Amino acid sequence: MTRVALLKGGRSLERQVSLASGARVEDALERLGHEVVPIDVGTDLVTRLREAAPEVAFVALHGRGGEDGTVQELLEVLEIPYTGSGVHACVRCSDKMLAKHALRDGGLPTPDWVVLGQIGFHELGMAEALSDIAERLSFPLVVKPVSQGSSLGVKFAGSGAELPAALIAALSYGPRVLLERYVDGRELAVSMLWDEHGEGVQVLPIVEAVPRGREFYDFAARYEIGRTDFLCPATLDDEVAADVGRIARSAWELLDCRGFARLDMILGPDGPTVLEVNSVPGLTETSLLPQAADAAGLSFDDVVARVLAEAATR
Amino acid sequence: MTERHPPRSAAHELERYDGLFASRTRVMRSSAMRDLMAVTVRPEVISLAGGLPDTSTFPPALFTRLLGQVPVAQALQYGPSEGLPGVREAITRVMAAEHMAVDPDEVIVTTGGQQAIDLVTKALIDPGDIVIAEAPTYPGAVPTFCAYEAEVIQIEMDGDGMSLDALEETLARLDREHRRPKFIYTIPTFQNPAGVTMSLARRRRLVNLARERELIVLEDNPYGLLRYEGDSLPTLRSLEVPAGSTDDNDFVIYAGTMSKILSPGVRVGWLVAPRPLLAKLILGKQSSDLCSSTLTQHFVAAYFATADWHGYIDELRGLYHRRRDVILDALAEHLPAAATWTHPEGGLFIWVTLPDFIHTTDLLARALAENVAFVPGEAAFADGRGQHSMRLNFSSEADDDIREGVRRIGKIVAEQVGLHDKLTGRRSGVAGSPAEQAAPPESAAAPDNVLALPRRGSTEGRRSRKA
Repeated sequence: MTRVALLKGGRSLERQVSLASGARVEDALERLGHEVVPIDVGTDLVTRLREAAPEVAFVALHGRGGEDGTVQELLEVLEIPYTGSGVHACVRCSDKMLAKHALRDGGLPTPDWVVLGQIGFHELGMAEALSDIAERLSFPLVVKPVSQGSSLGVKFAGSGAELPAALIAALSYGPRVLLERYVDGRELAVSMLWDEHGEGVQVLPIVEAVPRGREFYDFAARYEIGRTDFLCPATLDDEVAADVGRIARSAWELLDCRGFARLDMILGPDGPTVLEVNSVPGLTETSLLPQAADAAGLSFDDVVARVLAEAATR
Repeated sequence: MTERHPPRSAAHELERYDGLFASRTRVMRSSAMRDLMAVTVRPEVISLAGGLPDTSTFPPALFTRLLGQVPVAQALQYGPSEGLPGVREAITRVMAAEHMAVDPDEVIVTTGGQQAIDLVTKALIDPGDIVIAEAPTYPGAVPTFCAYEAEVIQIEMDGDGMSLDALEETLARLDREHRRPKFIYTIPTFQNPAGVTMSLARRRRLVNLARERELIVLEDNPYGLLRYEGDSLPTLRSLEVPAGSTDDNDFVIYAGTMSKILSPGVRVGWLVAPRPLLAKLILGKQSSDLCSSTLTQHFVAAYFATADWHGYIDELRGLYHRRRDVILDALAEHLPAAATWTHPEGGLFIWVTLPDFIHTTDLLARALAENVAFVPGEAAFADGRGQHSMRLNFSSEADDDIREGVRRIGKIVAEQVGLHDKLTGRRSGVAGSPAEQAAPPESAAAPDNVLALPRRGSTEGRRSRKA
């Protein structure tokens, strides 16, 4: 039996999702026979962690503060081992710009992009260069906040006329936005789980998300039953599946992920390309990593047990 | 290990539940907006989002005295589904204050006004049936209509409430398609979320239309007694059944609530319905909850039997009137010229419409970073419109917090307008005080800017181009 502090909730915009993930993990930890101290993360986190004196912290936080290296840094300071990726990996995964640079530098495919910031617009006259940017990337573009999980604030811009509103919306979530070339294709999610044996990481069966009669895979659909069909394992040519697996494994190593992670990819006309990497993937009833694990014959409890066991190896 | 949760299989969970859910749950959606709203309950957030009355105004000593008067054994027992006699009698007195004459036996006590909407929808709507509502409509009604798989058609409004021309056009179109709505849902007085009031002429026309076409109208009137200026208007119910009339062949279902004139915590609302409908509504109520809380009903009965309820409503009226003026002043001071808003003569809400390049759901994320919240306009539509509007409440926060909240919203809106100017090389008009600005360009009215927006300084309101 291990004394586990379960960190959930928090103040991020993904609080609700985190509470849902946290509740499931809490149940699983109890079933596994651990002593769980659930903590809805707030300004008293340090006090509560000191009181709880856990052997391990299970990080079930999504979004700012919980997935971006902040809480990981804090746990390092308090010398509490924790689940999932370390500070460096979290910082890079949660910042889409850093993640894309890392992927490209490592020779992995990711759609072309440009990052723009409030400062660029306000102090450097960046707006003047918008048409050049659009020309370089070509429409349609996807506009995303650089550091916001889920699909909050993600907008399409089909033309230059739609760009200002999309930029303004995405900039509502943070000071920088990513303009990314839109790749039309199949949406794949590749979940990965620490593996004590084998090669250190197990690439789980690939999930394909097929929106039901919808143009775009939005935030609501991502966490709700009935809005999107999930096919697992996705029907892919062996060669493509091997390629996807290879890319996922390389991304895991490049970004120095630990415990578990999920890669979102598009299988476009030029093959698979990586959109983003989630260092604390959703663990809700409708999340993709648990589905992928299930397809591999791993129960939710197995997933939680493995992620916890990995934390204990540090 | 605790025994709290029995072991269960995690295998195939998604598929398993997906197969178990009723088809209506497919339209019971949460959304990004609702997830964001969950963050607004943080204590440090100034919330102009809720529809909360200020219950701190209720005298604690009175509360204690009333509770002391509650008969213990009865209060802890089940009660009649249609409600306690004392409450039904009290409801007739509240309705009399708005010049409506009803018998206590025409009244069903509901668990809040929300259950009134739910029961009517449950009794009348089969999947695919049409409900007509205002655009925008009460955000809490949208999920109810969706849960019963209604098709919601929303009729645009202007400063005089729902456009009856637009309603007739819609009914004519439906006639051609051999369809007819099951009922029309309206909040004629101090509408939530728009804050506008249906004119007398339109009220008469709507009642006549309902009678001619034999259409049910659900009149939701939570705020009628909270008028701060202007003359009272008759409710649809009183136009349909004038005092002294014995004609009960009417088409108006009336929904009321204690939530805004006493307390939402007591969860006491009511329905007054044409007699043939009453029995079905009571059956629906029985299947939902058997009866509303007898404990709080006894409290309500004691309140209306012994307390100065008129005086308390006067007090609320004074308080909310002042706060309405505070928010209107703050909006004029802090919102850029490209924004427009309504001027409610009563009730709890103001509807603000921003330029069409600002999405209010995304703006809410930015607002939460500044610790201020509002309801994004999308919540008031079943069809995704309303993206450039927001609902502001002025009843629940203190004057200074209202000012500060509006100042913060004004700051981030100005920020986004400024950014838009930079991105487009145009000027939307944000610098300087709004009073110095020229009238906003018509382009400020987005295609989904469905509500006529009386400009600041004009209590009359400008008519919609569509009116």
